[in-house]
Amino acid sequence: MKTVIVIGNGMVGYKFCEKFVAKQESKNYQILVFGEEPRPAYDRVHLSEYFENQDAKALEMASASWYTENGIQLVIGERVSDIHREDKKIITAKNREFYYDYLVLATGSSAFVPPIKGVEKDGVFVYRTIEDLEGMLAYAATLKAKNPNAKAAVLGGGLLGLEAGKAVMDMGLEPHIVEFAPKLMPRQLDSRSSQVLQLKLESIGLHIHLSKATNQILGDKSITGLEFGEDDVLDVEMLIISAGIRPRDELGKASGLTMGVRGGIVVDNKMLTSDPSIYAIGEIALYNQMIYGLVAPGYEMASVAVDQILGKTESLMAEEIDMSTKLKLIGVDVASFGEPFMPATKGHSVIFENKTQYLYKRINVSLDGKKLLGGILVGDATDYNMLHQIYLNGMAIPSDPSKLILPASEGGASFGSAMDLPDSAVICSCEAVTKGQVCCSVKDDGNETVKDVAKATKATTGCGGCKPMVTDLVNETLKSLGKVVKERICEHFDYSRQELYDIVKMKDIHDYDELLDTHGKGNGCEICKPVAASIFASIYNETANKQDTIQDSNDRFLANIQRNGTYSVVPRVAGGEITPNQMIAMGRIAQKYDLYTKITGGQRIDMFGAKLHELPLIWEELIAEGFETGQAYGKSLRTVKSCVGSTWCRYGMDESVSFAIEIENRYKGIRSPHKFKGGVSGCIRECAEARGKDFGFIAVEGGWNIYICGNGGATPKHAVLLAEKVDKATAIKYVDRFLMYYIRTAQPLMRTATWLDKLEGGIDYVKDVVINDCLGIVDQLDNEMQYMVDTYKCEWKEAVENPEIRAKYTHFINSEETDENIEFVSLREQKMPAPWA
Amino acid sequence: MIHTILKEYTTTSLETVSVWFKAAETSKFPKNGGACVKYKNKQIAVFNFTREGKWYACQNLCPHKMEMVLSRGMIGEDMGTPKVACPLHKNTFSLETGENLNGSLDAIATYPVKIENGFVYIGFSE
Repeated sequence: MKTVIVIGNGMVGYKFCEKFVAKQESKNYQILVFGEEPRPAYDRVHLSEYFENQDAKALEMASASWYTENGIQLVIGERVSDIHREDKKIITAKNREFYYDYLVLATGSSAFVPPIKGVEKDGVFVYRTIEDLEGMLAYAATLKAKNPNAKAAVLGGGLLGLEAGKAVMDMGLEPHIVEFAPKLMPRQLDSRSSQVLQLKLESIGLHIHLSKATNQILGDKSITGLEFGEDDVLDVEMLIISAGIRPRDELGKASGLTMGVRGGIVVDNKMLTSDPSIYAIGEIALYNQMIYGLVAPGYEMASVAVDQILGKTESLMAEEIDMSTKLKLIGVDVASFGEPFMPATKGHSVIFENKTQYLYKRINVSLDGKKLLGGILVGDATDYNMLHQIYLNGMAIPSDPSKLILPASEGGASFGSAMDLPDSAVICSCEAVTKGQVCCSVKDDGNETVKDVAKATKATTGCGGCKPMVTDLVNETLKSLGKVVKERICEHFDYSRQELYDIVKMKDIHDYDELLDTHGKGNGCEICKPVAASIFASIYNETANKQDTIQDSNDRFLANIQRNGTYSVVPRVAGGEITPNQMIAMGRIAQKYDLYTKITGGQRIDMFGAKLHELPLIWEELIAEGFETGQAYGKSLRTVKSCVGSTWCRYGMDESVSFAIEIENRYKGIRSPHKFKGGVSGCIRECAEARGKDFGFIAVEGGWNIYICGNGGATPKHAVLLAEKVDKATAIKYVDRFLMYYIRTAQPLMRTATWLDKLEGGIDYVKDVVINDCLGIVDQLDNEMQYMVDTYKCEWKEAVENPEIRAKYTHFINSEETDENIEFVSLREQKMPAPWA
Repeated sequence: MIHTILKEYTTTSLETVSVWFKAAETSKFPKNGGACVKYKNKQIAVFNFTREGKWYACQNLCPHKMEMVLSRGMIGEDMGTPKVACPLHKNTFSLETGENLNGSLDAIATYPVKIENGFVYIGFSE
């Protein structure tokens, strides 16, 4: 049995332990870990999260019991004070001695405190450990008690400094960032991207002071301000120093290991120091004359040291270390990779800047335009993973490199798929997992979900930034194996929507809990509940009032929730036909409740700004005036839009308004996998845009043409012809059947156009089903639709007449008061919600 | 001003409860759903997780757009963790830890709940 002693229980020290015990050969070793902090290793990268919940446990890399379970002896709160290399022993501050065969130094770094006059004053902190944070919190609390508008500065505008700035904001103090350099994050950003980031940070309340050299810290006992020069003073009552790191290399120095001129313990590519039994990893290791202050290289060093100790001597640290970083700073994406700033002699830069949206993208390409050398992203780093991989693997780039950062034009595919990467491409840099490993985990080890692959390979378990890419790789690999990614609704139901539809119908299930108990597992979620609600509605035509807590929130309250938590109210105006008296009534009600009114795209009137408790009052009045619900909130029929048709129009071939009203009243209230809309045009001039709807009728010489599966929206699609020159009754019959068939078979939230796209056989197959009855189901479809039409009821009428249903329309369950946080501002003689911050 | 609202809400653990606020009768809360309780100037979303016989409480404020809406969200479960989905953008939060389960929003504050003699009580530390 050999003994490995690890000094330092930070992120890298912990990673060494984790990687060590994972190896088969480690059985013959015992590990002893010393940490001077009072708790086991925690995630320092996410230290600022401590301010949100003050839960140190949530930051833990592993619990104390993990060390015991893995046979690791963990000694915390005890500093190692000396190394006796000739005897291979260490001595702790409590004067205890321990002998080692191998020693691993992972003591990390401490905050660098610049020699400024006054740093010893009360209220000056460094930003490094949970204890530092606790000290700050306590100090900030006393400050705020005296002065609720107290200010605090952070010295250092680098990565950690800005994190500390967020911490100051979270503590409720006015945050000021003071940076010596003329830009923020000087190591990662160029001046233009720094300006974009600065604008963004200022917009959320940070005060930024650049090019400021602090001469001294003012105040008697406690800090009262910073002095930059004569007459240049910033009044602050607290200061957090985050001006860089210094390696904790004192043990190396005292025991005579070879040191760097400016600190750090010199290591070779085996992570070995000048003593053949002593390794150094993480932020104390000086490799290639450099200290690497990022966690990914630290983990890589830990991995090399583990291999070396266990005799796998071919495992060496890479010559060049990738310092690319992507992070979310105070909610802002910032990424930098490769060579972020490049002299014009080495290549060309492509720069996209949009200060109005706080966006900046820069890529640097070689002079011949063939290779990507590096870049910077601020505001939106979704392209980072792909760009980083193209850079790392020296992949070819498009002849116009701007395609790499500009949004893909319509119809054009965006550049590069994760599957094009070489197998050696490192996808997850935190855990050094390659594309090959991810794909093998699917292909050879049979893992079929991202969660399983993450468990097996550890990919995505670090910063999580590679998750989209890993998801693509898993799905694409499954596809290449011919495995259909099984359509299942969610973790609670192992069925597709169509399967669940059949189950509900066949087994005559009427209740969500019963469905979950008999055919699902667990407690359900916001995905399967509305799917089940839609199925119950489609089969039994029950309103959203019956099982209200499984409905999407809009259906539960029978109204559309808007930006500030108020609702909009849309009565049905079938075919867009409305009488002057109805308009007057609606106007009067909107006036009474101070609602903003607007004509919708579906030819009806939307009234916005109703508070929850006002909804039943408004509807009571609307119903008294003869209105009924427009189901604008539901995945159901919205409107049937019409042109005026032959009743008025000199070109009209038929009465489009009458037909639209008839058909809207026929399908009103029907719930479906997604919303659906109709249109009726009186001639081929198509003023009702019926071909932009899920179903549309166009009057032609000799009858009606029927079009189905069109829509506007994000992916506009023209409807396709289902039948030509049919009479009205036939037209209705065909559309009845088409809709029921769609309702039965579509996936959740799939509109008719996508449904048709995915349907094998396409429109010809739909014709076969609804016209030629190739499945022998048209009688069923007809009956199901007729049942829906016959059992329609207005769910708002049901709600206002039932005191039990009405009871939920109150903001507080224990008070008559309303939400005082709802704020409106005026807009063109009406009102709108106060803008979001 | 919004940020000052957010400051009102901090996770309270059972050990630190100093006040048990009597909110309302259990029967007033929907089954497997939520409702909003007013306590001083706070808005607390309370959820009746009937399937498990459990109750949860958290801030009513969604940290995404700072609207008082979480009590109107749908509840459910994510790999065993009870959660609520915000009705505005479907951000989901653990009802146990407050953590944002499908994104990187700030965690929401959670509060202990107890049921006594048919009444729902919420625990506060101040």
